[in-house]
Amino acid sequence: MNAADKKLDVRELLRDLEHYAPRRRGWTWRIPAKDLQYGPCTYAELSEPLRRSIAPLAAKSFGGIDPQPMPVITTEIASGRFEDDIRRMRMAAWHGADHIMVIRTAGQSHFDGLIEGTPQGVGGVPITRKQVRASRKALDAIEDEVGRPINFHSYVSGVAGPEIAVMYAEEGVNGAHQDPQYNVLYRNINMVRSFVDAAESKKIMAGADMLQIDGAHNANATAKVAWNVMPELLVQHAVNSAYSVKAGMKKENIALSTVPPAASPAPDLKLNLPYAVAIRDLFDGYRMRAQMNTKYMESSTREATVTHVLNMVVSKLTSADIQSTITPDEGRNVPWHMYNIEACDTAKQALVGMDGLLDCVAVRTDGYMKERVREIKERAVLFFEDMLATGGYFAAVEAGFFIDSGIYPERNGDGMVRKVSGGIGAGTVYDRDPDYFAPVPFHFGDNNVAQYGLDEQDDPSVLIGGSTFADRRKIVYVDELDPEDNVEHRMKDVEKYQDGSILRPEVQWSGDGTVVVDLTIPAAEAIAAAAALEIGRKMNLSDVEVIHREVLHPAEATRIQIKGTYAFDVDVATLTIPPPPDLLSDAEITAFVKDRPIKIVAATVGEDEHSVGLREIIDIKHGGIEKYGIQCEYLGTSVPVDKLVDAAIETDADAILLSTIISHDDVHYRNMKKICDYAIEKGVRDRFLIIGGGTQVTPELAVKQGLDAGFGRGTHGIHVASFLVRRLREKQRP
Amino acid sequence: MNKTTVRPDDFTSRREHLAQLTDAQLKAYFWELADRSVDPLIALAKTHTTPSIERSVLLRMGFSDVEAKLIVDKTIDRRLIGKGAGHVVYRLATIDSVDVRTAGLKLLADEGWDRVAASFGGKR
Repeated sequence: MNAADKKLDVRELLRDLEHYAPRRRGWTWRIPAKDLQYGPCTYAELSEPLRRSIAPLAAKSFGGIDPQPMPVITTEIASGRFEDDIRRMRMAAWHGADHIMVIRTAGQSHFDGLIEGTPQGVGGVPITRKQVRASRKALDAIEDEVGRPINFHSYVSGVAGPEIAVMYAEEGVNGAHQDPQYNVLYRNINMVRSFVDAAESKKIMAGADMLQIDGAHNANATAKVAWNVMPELLVQHAVNSAYSVKAGMKKENIALSTVPPAASPAPDLKLNLPYAVAIRDLFDGYRMRAQMNTKYMESSTREATVTHVLNMVVSKLTSADIQSTITPDEGRNVPWHMYNIEACDTAKQALVGMDGLLDCVAVRTDGYMKERVREIKERAVLFFEDMLATGGYFAAVEAGFFIDSGIYPERNGDGMVRKVSGGIGAGTVYDRDPDYFAPVPFHFGDNNVAQYGLDEQDDPSVLIGGSTFADRRKIVYVDELDPEDNVEHRMKDVEKYQDGSILRPEVQWSGDGTVVVDLTIPAAEAIAAAAALEIGRKMNLSDVEVIHREVLHPAEATRIQIKGTYAFDVDVATLTIPPPPDLLSDAEITAFVKDRPIKIVAATVGEDEHSVGLREIIDIKHGGIEKYGIQCEYLGTSVPVDKLVDAAIETDADAILLSTIISHDDVHYRNMKKICDYAIEKGVRDRFLIIGGGTQVTPELAVKQGLDAGFGRGTHGIHVASFLVRRLREKQRP
Repeated sequence: MNKTTVRPDDFTSRREHLAQLTDAQLKAYFWELADRSVDPLIALAKTHTTPSIERSVLLRMGFSDVEAKLIVDKTIDRRLIGKGAGHVVYRLATIDSVDVRTAGLKLLADEGWDRVAASFGGKR
């Protein structure tokens, strides 16, 4: 198993790849953990927790739990370099993703065949056997780390769908997008070719038990008035679903890529919920893959998060088997590691937060909901009627039925028109002769096996000693075709970053040096943007670009985010890394206190009414220092520093604990200095230890103000108690 | 803009024949229409093939994609695609009593095409 504290070794991963075999085929769903008691909480509809993961920060208040919702969580990865993609897959898995969708490089759908090797891609990675096998091998190890199967997914489209499907089946890819309508409408691939190919692709995918996701969601990312395409979306889903079932797929392996047509500032739920109900009514038995609408995604990560969360409200009010996590990469220039991770966390946290929602509220089935749901369905039925009356699917595409911005039956005449005789791959569909034959399994359509004495249900590959599906040794593994454009070459360029001894910040590729700087500039937008570029350059960043702007006020301020390259290395050997806190055991502290009682006085100082943090350090019920028998005198909040010192003198305390949460204008450090000065003035500084704590306290800076110790965010009673015992023990020594 | 396909929203009048259907009937009708829409497409797929399908057959028979592409192109050139590219390879393997991989490599080297064509009753 990968050691959690070791980086993935890409070279090791590539070693002996030629002989690597995936451990399983087919899709895996999460295992339900009904009515799970987890930490202090009880949940209605979670899945089993992970072996290892990164919990949300707020988990601190709930015993560090990291509850995992029931839907499979998708993350889309598209850096263009598979050796960096796999590291991101590992991060995403630790944050709860178990569906890794790898985006293909631009133009791959027009590539007539398979790509081989590991060339670099644009907007995605070239999907090749080597890339798929290495990624699957990495994921096999990562799923052992986190303790949950991970589904690997890419695309079966373009003019090489069936070959890609075969390669995926052989290499243990678990799911794929497959929808001939996507080829037709968005890739301008000939419609006859697309549908004939698709039946074969689907049959192969069915043979490997892969999950299929359709492509209907592209309609509302493309249409000018996306919320009007609802009837058409239902038709597109139905065309692909019915076609898939007839090609041999099981309904439960067919997922609808369902995307809410609208987003806030439109009345999101009122528009999207009836549609979500309609689609689930019509397509029961199929799987739902919920995804937020990318059409409305601009450069704001916060806006994208709101749309994402509202999408999950719809998911929880209806259903979702898979929850997607789109991130605003396109609006922000590059695919960032951190947004993949944030989006996974958003999905996890929001879905868990809405656990048991339908125990509390119900979706209405009368009034507006009833009328609207029915209307959407009827409009879809009318679309189908019109399509058949026009001469069927191909004729409807030729007549511009699809991606029209009108709400059907309204039509605005702006639909996408494709010709049955046009597009890439036109004229490449051939009749099968009566004696047509293919000696392989999972082959769709007429196959004259009788001429060779076989029955229809026989695997025709018995005639050739078995296919690659039965005997992996028959697979021809091609390593690299391009001597320059490959992973070995790229890794040489970033060699020094591989073992973690030399560091550069990164957002997508090892050593890319890309940083984002968030600036609030007190000026109007245009000036602020120009100023931000100048600031970035003065920070020694190169290739500075504005990636996000948000007007805080037309004259007062603009928030600007810039991206730039920090082209300098940091050598880990030159860093001063504070050692991890060396804590005493509970027993050791308790034993010390028994022999040598400890007394402290504590308060939140200054004009500061925060009490929670200090109470957690002190109170026995929070695991505070009282539990070791330390006597604590708590004076309350907003206590002047002199009062605290006087109380320490009066009670003959061993230590003063002061809490300082408010930190504006460094008031917390000023109060620390003030208390030390006062103690010195009174001539009592040596009589007790003075310890400061608070969320904004940096230990070194607290000591600089004259304190004996400072404790920042994440401090517990045991940290403070260990320090007290150590210091008092030193004092006892002769 | 395509003027011939502009139409105002006539949902209210167009839906009249659907008004009496129950939700279950409407759903059944929706799927009946979906089936009617895809049946001709499925029929087309059953009786046709493409270069990609044939390459995928050859992949499953143990050829690389580069080899498969060349064999399929040659099969199309020799007008044998209607038999199936995998079939062509299998037929030569049978005629020459060799395994399919050896037969495919022969075809790649432009050997054996005449024998295969003859076995199918001459060039089509």
